[in-house]
Amino acid sequence: MTQAPISLAAPALASPPTNSPTKKRKNVFTGRVRWYTYFFLILSVIVSVFPLYWMFVVSTNDSAAVSQMPPTVIPGGNFFTLAEQVFTTVPFVMSLVNSFIVASTIAVAQMLLSTLAGFAFAKLEFRGKNALFVFVIGTMMVPTQLSVIPLYLVMSNLGWIDSLQALIVPGMASAFGIFWMRQHFAGVLNNELIQAARIDGCSTWQIYWRIAFPLVRSAAFVLGLLAFVTAWNDFLWPLIVLQSPENYTVQLAIKALQSQYFVDYGLAMSGSFLATIPLLILFIFVGRKMVAGVMDGAFKG
Amino acid sequence: MDAAAPYAYIAPFFVIFAVFGLFPTLFTFYVALFDWNPIGGQTFIGLKNFTDLFSDERFWNALRNTFSIWVLSTVPQLILALFLAQLLNNVRLKFANLFRMSMLVPYITSVVATTIVFASLFGRDYGLINGALGLFGVGPIDFKADTLASHILVSTMVLWRWFGYNTLIYLAALQAIPKDVYEAAAIDGAGGFKQFIFVTIPSLRPVIIFTVVVSTIGGLQVFTEPLLLSSPGLTGGAGRQYQTLTLFLYEQGFGNFQFGYGSAIGVTLFLLIVAFSVINFLLSRRISSDD
Repeated sequence: MTQAPISLAAPALASPPTNSPTKKRKNVFTGRVRWYTYFFLILSVIVSVFPLYWMFVVSTNDSAAVSQMPPTVIPGGNFFTLAEQVFTTVPFVMSLVNSFIVASTIAVAQMLLSTLAGFAFAKLEFRGKNALFVFVIGTMMVPTQLSVIPLYLVMSNLGWIDSLQALIVPGMASAFGIFWMRQHFAGVLNNELIQAARIDGCSTWQIYWRIAFPLVRSAAFVLGLLAFVTAWNDFLWPLIVLQSPENYTVQLAIKALQSQYFVDYGLAMSGSFLATIPLLILFIFVGRKMVAGVMDGAFKG
Repeated sequence: MDAAAPYAYIAPFFVIFAVFGLFPTLFTFYVALFDWNPIGGQTFIGLKNFTDLFSDERFWNALRNTFSIWVLSTVPQLILALFLAQLLNNVRLKFANLFRMSMLVPYITSVVATTIVFASLFGRDYGLINGALGLFGVGPIDFKADTLASHILVSTMVLWRWFGYNTLIYLAALQAIPKDVYEAAAIDGAGGFKQFIFVTIPSLRPVIIFTVVVSTIGGLQVFTEPLLLSSPGLTGGAGRQYQTLTLFLYEQGFGNFQFGYGSAIGVTLFLLIVAFSVINFLLSRRISSDD
């Protein structure tokens, strides 16, 4: 929540064009694709990917090869030498484990809590429902990143400074997640199905777990992915709350590499590359889903 | 038992938000009224933090920097995103998924990694950018030393990270415009460019406003890039030439342990964002009632 990316709050704030009940044809151009379309799109691919490639180049060459004019732009054979230095300079394995624990706990918790609350707001009747939902939406407008000083005092009182739960617990609740899942439940789960299940003697929990959740599994998965990426990459709050190197997340470990050898980019670059690999591998498998999720969030509002 | 179920399902959010979101936000306003040192103790000083802040040249400097970086990153970014979305919106485009996916690669790269790689690319002595500029007889530019150049450097990183994300949002919005509107415009004799100006832009207005709001809220909180560029210092360059408001907050709060003064910066930023959101809300309401 504290670290929820502003971007995710997106769909709720705006009221983009909504689809009317009568199904309109999708506005996609069908004309011939011009050469310049490919030219600019390929350029944008190069711009998007080149910095990662450069990270790789620098982390596979010795510093002399990249500290000359013109520098080399071809990967060298130095990858394992630098990688080994990364692992011996800072507790890098530990930081990968920490990041994994934090990001996956937050992702699973957000999926569970957001679908539960989204289900309640979409399909259950209770007093104060509308007012409470408006409140949830309203919380998305609060830039909580600006309250890091009092949040630090709260954590200090809880005795959570320098612990992973200081990162995990605030990140578990997501107003955007609730909003997004509510939209999905409203769209796919019809009331007759719930009625029928009730007549068959299902409890509310059983309806949620056996009937409702499976219907939105894919949307919940995208939500979890975005939460994972955000938590993995988070920096400001971990920087404030974590102190001992063995508790560092991977982003703090890179910063530690950078501060120790900030003249030599090689080490920090190698650390950055190693920290990005897990997300890149994940992205190869689920990138299409993420693209669909971002586009879905954009006009679901 | 079942009657309580809905409340049990939504309770976790409210509990977590109350403790880690709402309370700290309200508490910021309280702490801002104190000379609050985490080790030394607290003294109530009323609005002194705010009067000090408004006469602090470092605050106005950080405000100017934040604004400049916000403009330099948001305006080109959204124009670029609109342009790329338009290119992607063609059913006969080959490798469409590859194009879309590659645009999200910056989004999954952490700001820390981004800053380290861009600092190298824009390096004064051996950076590729200066190498390329050198071919045209320009530079070398010391991107971290000059005020405008350092803002361009930070903005480039922000732009790189978010342009693909915004492209996808615009693409989705483009596809939601009813096709009939374009056909009607074509019958009235509007060509491609006129259709873009008179159909596409007005239809996208809500989404454009929304992306501006999001970029602004994000732009007011730029922190990691200037922090790592000025590492190990917290000043954003020797002359504070690229220190942003959030970095200034961090410097006061966790560099100098002036929790009260830091909170006053937080409150001011908070009010700036609220003011912006209200203005935007009123503007977008007027626009939608005009339609």
